[in-house]
Amino acid sequence: MVLVQRGLSALKLEFYMTQLTMSAYYTLVALGLCLLMGYAGQVSMGQGGFFAIGGYSAAVLATTGFASWASLPAAILITGLVALVIGIPVLRLRGHYLAMATLAFGIIVLRVLLGTNVFGGADGLSDIPAFRLFAGLAITGKKALRVQNYYIAWGLVCAGLLTAINLVHSRVGRALRAIHGNEDAAAAMGVDVARFKLATFILSALYAGVGGACLAFFNGGIGPGEAGVMKSVRYVALVAAGGMGSLWGTLAVSTALTFLSLRGAFGVYDDAVFGAILVGIMLCAPQGIFSLLARRDGRGSPR
Amino acid sequence: MQATQLLQYLLAGIATGSVYAVVAIGFTVVYNATGIINFAQGEFLMLGGMIAISLAPMMPLPAAIAVAVLATGAAGVLLQIVFLSWLKNPAVLRMIIITIGLSILVREAGLHIWDEKVHALPFFSGDETSSLPVLGARISPQVLWVLFISAVMVIGLTLFFRSTLLGKAMRACASNPTAARLCGIRASTVVTLSFFLAAAMGALAGCAVSPLTQTQYDMGSSLAVKGFTCAVLGGLGSVPAAVAAGLVVGVLETASVSVLPLAYKDVVALGILLLILVLRPQGLFARTSAAPARPGG
Amino acid sequence: MSRKKLVLCLGLSAILTASGFAADTGAIRIGAIFAITGPAANLGLPESRTLQMLVDDANAAGGIAGKKIELSMKDSQGNAEKALSFAKQLVEEQEVLAIIGPSTTGESMKLKGYCDENQTILISCAAAESIVNPVARWVFKTPQMDSFAAQMIFTTMKKQGISRIGVVVSNTGFGQGGKAQLEKLAPANGIDLAITEVYESTATDLTGVLTKIKAQNVQAVVNWSVEPAQSLVPKNMKQMGFEVPLFQSHGFGNINYVKMAGKAAEGIVFPAGRLLVADALPAGHPQKQVLSAYKKEYETMFKEDVSTFGGHAYDSFLLLTEAVKRAGSVDRGKVRDAIEGLKGVAGTAGIFNFSPTDHNGLTIDAFEMLTVKNGEFAVYRK
Repeated sequence: MVLVQRGLSALKLEFYMTQLTMSAYYTLVALGLCLLMGYAGQVSMGQGGFFAIGGYSAAVLATTGFASWASLPAAILITGLVALVIGIPVLRLRGHYLAMATLAFGIIVLRVLLGTNVFGGADGLSDIPAFRLFAGLAITGKKALRVQNYYIAWGLVCAGLLTAINLVHSRVGRALRAIHGNEDAAAAMGVDVARFKLATFILSALYAGVGGACLAFFNGGIGPGEAGVMKSVRYVALVAAGGMGSLWGTLAVSTALTFLSLRGAFGVYDDAVFGAILVGIMLCAPQGIFSLLARRDGRGSPR
Repeated sequence: MQATQLLQYLLAGIATGSVYAVVAIGFTVVYNATGIINFAQGEFLMLGGMIAISLAPMMPLPAAIAVAVLATGAAGVLLQIVFLSWLKNPAVLRMIIITIGLSILVREAGLHIWDEKVHALPFFSGDETSSLPVLGARISPQVLWVLFISAVMVIGLTLFFRSTLLGKAMRACASNPTAARLCGIRASTVVTLSFFLAAAMGALAGCAVSPLTQTQYDMGSSLAVKGFTCAVLGGLGSVPAAVAAGLVVGVLETASVSVLPLAYKDVVALGILLLILVLRPQGLFARTSAAPARPGG
Repeated sequence: MSRKKLVLCLGLSAILTASGFAADTGAIRIGAIFAITGPAANLGLPESRTLQMLVDDANAAGGIAGKKIELSMKDSQGNAEKALSFAKQLVEEQEVLAIIGPSTTGESMKLKGYCDENQTILISCAAAESIVNPVARWVFKTPQMDSFAAQMIFTTMKKQGISRIGVVVSNTGFGQGGKAQLEKLAPANGIDLAITEVYESTATDLTGVLTKIKAQNVQAVVNWSVEPAQSLVPKNMKQMGFEVPLFQSHGFGNINYVKMAGKAAEGIVFPAGRLLVADALPAGHPQKQVLSAYKKEYETMFKEDVSTFGGHAYDSFLLLTEAVKRAGSVDRGKVRDAIEGLKGVAGTAGIFNFSPTDHNGLTIDAFEMLTVKNGEFAVYRK
């Protein structure tokens, strides 16, 4: 997997790396959502909100003189806390109500960002300094450090992927799938449903928050559009298309589609494409696009 | 705050609220017949408005509106038949995603069929500067039209459900689908009809409100969220409750301008939604303590 | 899993190899980022049309200094992150000489630091003063300053004896910029800003906030936005019987806004470039030729009225081509220096005079106070 990435970077198409790096951070969000939707079976239309919280926290902290190295971890912490606070009441809901509640959350984040001057209103924040890691590594968009950042981003994605895979194959993963199958039955079996749902919710929010914070550093700025409904919907579309129960599928689809979208390949039909994907996938291939390729679907998938 | 200021907020709030109420009714009708929350509900207002605007130069205004209403109703039916009817007992998650996807597609179709510009129907009476005095406050006559049309729709719908055979059949399907089928009521007819009603009413409301708030291809999504808020507030079960909820939310939202920074106006409706979902998902007016049980919900 | 890995590899390779990179054909590569669709489309669409029209004209006439122009136009939809992403693509991948646009202040501010750092010329079509103040070596703009617009409004108000006003602005960079300028210049002009409110750019009804303003007994209202809300404010005001003069910003310069507001638009006063009243200019006016020619070509080709926004794109291209001719090369540094040296260039927005400290080139004379009479723009005479 990682070998594939290294091979690609050897091609002289330098600028693609920048866009692949951005795709990596968006893919991180999708992975987190895959865990939540595919394995725990909880729908969240508000991942854009967490992405934005992570990004804006990092941005505000970094531009107001907070100790530079601490702004990223602090942003992640803040995202996690918000997820905790929101998750406790909201995860008691199911189905449509959960979807709407998370959607409402995302929109509230958007409105607060738009309406508050500290967050730069409709134009967002700019001129975020680079995030220095150690030994000269930094998350930044500068051309010279492009290759480095490419590896950092994809390294994070790999780390996220491995964490998720381990989780899925552990006792926790089995508990999650039990919950997804039937919450009441799982509860009867002794699974602490509420705790697992909350934990997964927070975890997926953290994935989104990390993606947001890192992208804010990489881009040197962030805008309120990241909390928008269309972004949250996109993440759902990516996970659905990749197969809700499939981390690899989500990774592939998310990388490919996000990259194409960033390159402007869809032109003015950008949003329409994702809408079409949502409808098409749900009608024809609810297990994700790869289920159409495989004769039998071997991975544990939701109904 | 002076009395006239208060009255001004009230009137503006009722006007906005009645639009939310119509959207909420659309959600309620479809939900009762099918168990589906149709996220595309907001788009019907956009479609109705846009179609009427395109037709208005060619025919008298009432005719344009009538055609727009029928056409949007047909579109709603089309949506249901093409995308939703052949799914056998789908998972809730799948339905949610499909209707969200549909709302995006309708919106983008609106963008490409018309354009991204803002359009508006002509005022039904008077023009954009007309102003009627009402107990010290002043409003546009169009506001009265919106209230009137919404009231007619609500009354008409209530009568329909109560008195006509078809309406009673719909209610039967909502409360007990199996028994209804046993009585010979065809579920598919009811479903199609519910979509037609929701779409047509949405379109009419969209036309009524177009001179005031203007029509744009992306007006559907925020209306859908607010309409849903009102539907949930009213308990997703009854039309009058949805109307009451709509008016309440509309007034609260408009009046919030006097205490909150204007930028947070939309947060009011959203905050209400979250509170209701978390505290009392069955809505303010329902009697039972659990969320309504629906197949697959 | 191996099948999926295979698909992933194939997919990514296909994507990467499918797009080639810009071959060096000796042409002049120019990038453009406009909000062609989306909320700012009233700005971006005329801008994109104008630029395309001008580039086609130039190429038909043999290009600039004998070189053809390759235009790469991107639709940012008014979204600042998209704009930045496209900018990176234009600069790093296609290595353009200059970027024209973006359409809005928010997007321009995002691109300012980036273009300056990567030494690519940016000629923005957005209005806020903050784009060129503080000056960034590589960043220029063609619309008039919002500070001048505010001053024009205050000057007119003083003549009318207005001293107490209410201000509503949209929550975009343009609106906020305008608010800042109004607040800054009010004291010196003896104007009291009794109340200032910021509204959502997507608002569909402003009666609530206008009610709040009316309660403050103001003598006039100023609205500062570029959204369709510009048409809402006059309508709402008339409908609630709020009969005070309404001033708008120079974002009102598209006849669509007047049409949307219908009769409610009568009597609105706002500062704008002379493009909108080109026909009324005397024959000897330095801008007359440019304005009339542009107006005629645009209106014939696109069957719609000119707007000041298209004019900004026109000016951007004009300045760029003038600079290239003057520099005699397409080296970025030389062209940049040439822009700074441009003097007396007559554009649609006014007469441009650049310098190392002035990257906008326009003075307050670029503005004319206009009003709406019988559904048309007319010069405001008091």
